[in-house]
Amino acid sequence: MKKLISLETIALVMLVGLGASYMMDPTPERGLPIQEFFYLLGSIGFVVGLKMMGKPDTARRGNMLAAIGMVFAVVAALVFGKDGQALHNVPLIIGAIALGTVVGTMMAKRVQMTAMPQMVSLFNGMGGACAALIGLMEFHEMSAAFAGIESEIGQAVVAAALALTGASSALQTQLGIIYAGLIIGTVSFAGSMIAFGKLEGKIKDFALPGQQYVNLALLGTVLGLAAGHTLGYLEGSLWFYLVLVVAALYGILFVLPIGGADMPVVISLLNSFTGVAAACGGFLYDNNVMLMGGVLVGSAGTILTVVMCNAMNRSLTNVLLGKVGGASAAASASNSAGGSIRELQATDVAIMMKYASKVVVVPGYGLAVAQAQHVCHELELLLESEGVEVKYAIHPVAGRMPGHMNVLLAESNVEYDKLVEMEDINPEFATTDVVLVVGANDVVNPAAKTDPSSPIYGMPILDVENAKQVVVMKRSMKAGYAGIDNDLFYNSKCGMLFGDAKDSLQKLVSEVKSL
Amino acid sequence: MILNFIYENIEFIYLIFLMVIVGIELISHVPSVLHTPLMSGANAIHGVVLIGAILVLGKAHSDDYFSLVLGFIGVVLGTLNVVGGFVVTDRMLEMFKKKDKGGKA
Repeated sequence: MKKLISLETIALVMLVGLGASYMMDPTPERGLPIQEFFYLLGSIGFVVGLKMMGKPDTARRGNMLAAIGMVFAVVAALVFGKDGQALHNVPLIIGAIALGTVVGTMMAKRVQMTAMPQMVSLFNGMGGACAALIGLMEFHEMSAAFAGIESEIGQAVVAAALALTGASSALQTQLGIIYAGLIIGTVSFAGSMIAFGKLEGKIKDFALPGQQYVNLALLGTVLGLAAGHTLGYLEGSLWFYLVLVVAALYGILFVLPIGGADMPVVISLLNSFTGVAAACGGFLYDNNVMLMGGVLVGSAGTILTVVMCNAMNRSLTNVLLGKVGGASAAASASNSAGGSIRELQATDVAIMMKYASKVVVVPGYGLAVAQAQHVCHELELLLESEGVEVKYAIHPVAGRMPGHMNVLLAESNVEYDKLVEMEDINPEFATTDVVLVVGANDVVNPAAKTDPSSPIYGMPILDVENAKQVVVMKRSMKAGYAGIDNDLFYNSKCGMLFGDAKDSLQKLVSEVKSL
Repeated sequence: MILNFIYENIEFIYLIFLMVIVGIELISHVPSVLHTPLMSGANAIHGVVLIGAILVLGKAHSDDYFSLVLGFIGVVLGTLNVVGGFVVTDRMLEMFKKKDKGGKA
């Protein structure tokens, strides 16, 4: 635990430094005492809530705690205003909050569990757009104030006066932060909308030749323009709006080429972007709770992104450059394994399973798309009543996000301890009679272990080929998200049951019943 | 200039470093099952950006329609992020709660 100790030491040093800095400057800009106290409560709610969300049994209370923290923070802002001055337009603000609450609750309550990932992406985009709008309005106000001065005295005089008083550097800092919030918020918004569209299946993967260079150039343009404007090399508010447009374009082109299987990683990354954008707002308004919440999500989100990448054995760079899983993977699809497949009928599979002593179900995204989790549970209960032992093998990235499959199966009342994680189930396959692969593909592809040239080589997979029989339920022979062929289908132990996952499972249920 | 910037914002800089460390520590040892709810929960927390929208709308002049309209949209979007985020996370975690008796992490 050496790492922990050193982190704690760093934290301690930081705390001492924070105390010292307060002593040096005992009157930093703050709100009313009661307001700062509320902000403090809010921040504590975020940190402790996020901590509790890391354990299954306290997770729900943790989420509740973070939400309560948020209520404290928002109420404090609404009631006490900023720097001791009350807010204007309070009815308008309350109206907006009410509208957002009603619509947000409805959207969140109505969404299907399978559509959860895109919902998270959508809400993330809303936050990004909010941050971008703040930047837009702050700039509008800033340039309006400038225009007022400029009309009275000459611009050169203003510049000279600003330089003398040192106000210029303060303004530059402010403009810089506004830019940071605007750019990050816009990229997050545009990217999240594309991610949403992709997960909904409305936007296809798309890559220009040499897109990486186009993206780099766009990013360079955005940063260059923003820096030039902030430091005073470029003048006029037109630049600001140009940056906005180019940042949005960058956000779109950044996500477009990334394959659907990598979307969770991208959403997690954009999530941490929005956190940083929120932190910029905190910096701009000297608001501690915004700063803390934003930075917390920024850092936690980044780590979460890395952890997700590790779970899929993908490097973040490859994900971001759209290698594998995206349009670029299509090329590798050609080196198909060949050989013949064995097609099965529902009756065959029903007989196989009914007289097995142990069946393992491997659920994948196909199950989620077909909304087949309830039928799947029905089949499980039916087999159990026949004395068959049934378990579920959950790959870390089954479904569209880590943990997504657990949520879906839990929704249809599958017992928590029937969901077995990959490391625990892999040794069990040797004693399994029938493995039923429902709409999963890449997570059972042996090429990940045997073929170093495969794009998914090295990804941990479920060793289903060790079982006595494997039945793969698929709609067609089409490749999975990684866009590669699967040798497993040509294995002599393996049979294919074609059709929609839900229909097939329903047929299985009635076949088992009638046997 | 940079030194001056650091000096003026020294508290914030300490705070940022601390929160980065806290964030890393909080997430490092979490079972992969909880990654999705955790991402969703963090997503709701960055909805704190809503406060910025409230503050900026709260100082807009009543004849500045540009700021009033954008501010209104900003507050609505921020609220969507917060409320939607927390409700979605709660729905996900609700699933874990029921089946959690004696289950392993």
